[in-house]
Amino acid sequence: MAANPMSQFDVYRIGPEIKVGALDISFTNASLFMILSTVSILIIFNLGSNKNSILPNKIQLLAELSYTFVSKMISDTAGSKAKPYFAFIFSLFMFVLFCNMFGMIPYTFTVTSHIIVTFVLAAFIFIGVTVIGFIKHGFGYLKLFVPSGVPAVLLPLIVVIEIISYLSRPISLSVRLFANMMAGHTMMKVFGGFVISLGVVGGWLPLSFSVALTGLEILVAFLQAYVFAILTCIYLNDALNLHH
Amino acid sequence: MVKKIYFNSIFFSFFFIKEAFAAESGGMPQLNPEFWVSQIFWLILTFGIMYLVLSKLILPKISNNLETRKSQILENIEAAEKQREDSEAKLKEYDEIIYKSKLEANSIFNQAREKAIKDISAKRAVLDQQIDNEIAEAEKEIDLLRKKAPEKINKIAIETSSELLQKLIGAEINNSSITAIVDDLSKRNGDKYYGN
Repeated sequence: MAANPMSQFDVYRIGPEIKVGALDISFTNASLFMILSTVSILIIFNLGSNKNSILPNKIQLLAELSYTFVSKMISDTAGSKAKPYFAFIFSLFMFVLFCNMFGMIPYTFTVTSHIIVTFVLAAFIFIGVTVIGFIKHGFGYLKLFVPSGVPAVLLPLIVVIEIISYLSRPISLSVRLFANMMAGHTMMKVFGGFVISLGVVGGWLPLSFSVALTGLEILVAFLQAYVFAILTCIYLNDALNLHH
Repeated sequence: MVKKIYFNSIFFSFFFIKEAFAAESGGMPQLNPEFWVSQIFWLILTFGIMYLVLSKLILPKISNNLETRKSQILENIEAAEKQREDSEAKLKEYDEIIYKSKLEANSIFNQAREKAIKDISAKRAVLDQQIDNEIAEAEKEIDLLRKKAPEKINKIAIETSSELLQKLIGAEINNSSITAIVDDLSKRNGDKYYGN
């Protein structure tokens, strides 16, 4: 491992180069951790749903608690109309959470610390929500940009601001997750490097910081997954229940 | 001045760090588009498969499990409630039966006691009657005997005195004269002997 705190985000090819036309779709460490996350999600939730006992065992309890947690989150923020999108938001939350958490294991790769991954997710959500909004409300969905109770003089300005804020949703959503993950991991790497460079004498202070940061990063890993999912719910709520 | 040096040093250190990164791996690896297509492809593949498996297979099972548990618990609670009500009703019935049987037992006991008392009193009356009758009969007999006793005694006295006279005198004496004497004596002394 290089001392460079950014080298942990390097993507490198595992195995041979795979090319489809001009596109390089080689199997990389990022692909490996995506597969690890999804496979562990599937294993955990499959184990947690196979047996149905009145008194659930630990893994069943875990699966059911996650289910009710996400389901409550969706119904609280987007109402009952969002029920058909439950599976997507659940998968999204679990995928981001597991990718973040896998990144907390030393020497692993954090899938969500790459802007391209988070941006693809956010762009998919943005496009999906916009399509849902236009399907549900037709061109009436454009009323989203015209808040009620605004003086007519201010309206052109407000509409422009609303459109910009709407269009910046995928960017803010993706950058929030990516930047949090990258910053946290970089910081941990930097403090880890301080421990090495200051040695036995002065390394204890950065080490304690490192320990504290690990706890904080685990919290951030959960929190960012939650924020990602709940913002998706809020965008979905805008599309499903037009309030303007 | 000190401030300016401080900020300058920070600025230059950033510059320096950036230079160092650039030297090692060319800035942020995230902005290197070499593997973007690969990451997008694998993201869509893994996420898509996970979404399909979760939404088609696993999540329905979990929601089904939750539903069945909820309904089963509700059913169990209902059944328990029903059984509690049943047992309460049965308890009430049981209490009633015990109360009734207590009353019945009481009345049976009272009846039996009254009957026994009646029987006893009837028997006692019969017995009293019998005893009275017997006493009356006995008294009658005694009376009869008492009345007959002087005559018999008179007769015995006449016979013994005639025999005595015969042995003493050796001659037959007229019975009627002895009878007259005895009668006369017994009439005179009857009160003394029989207490009549």
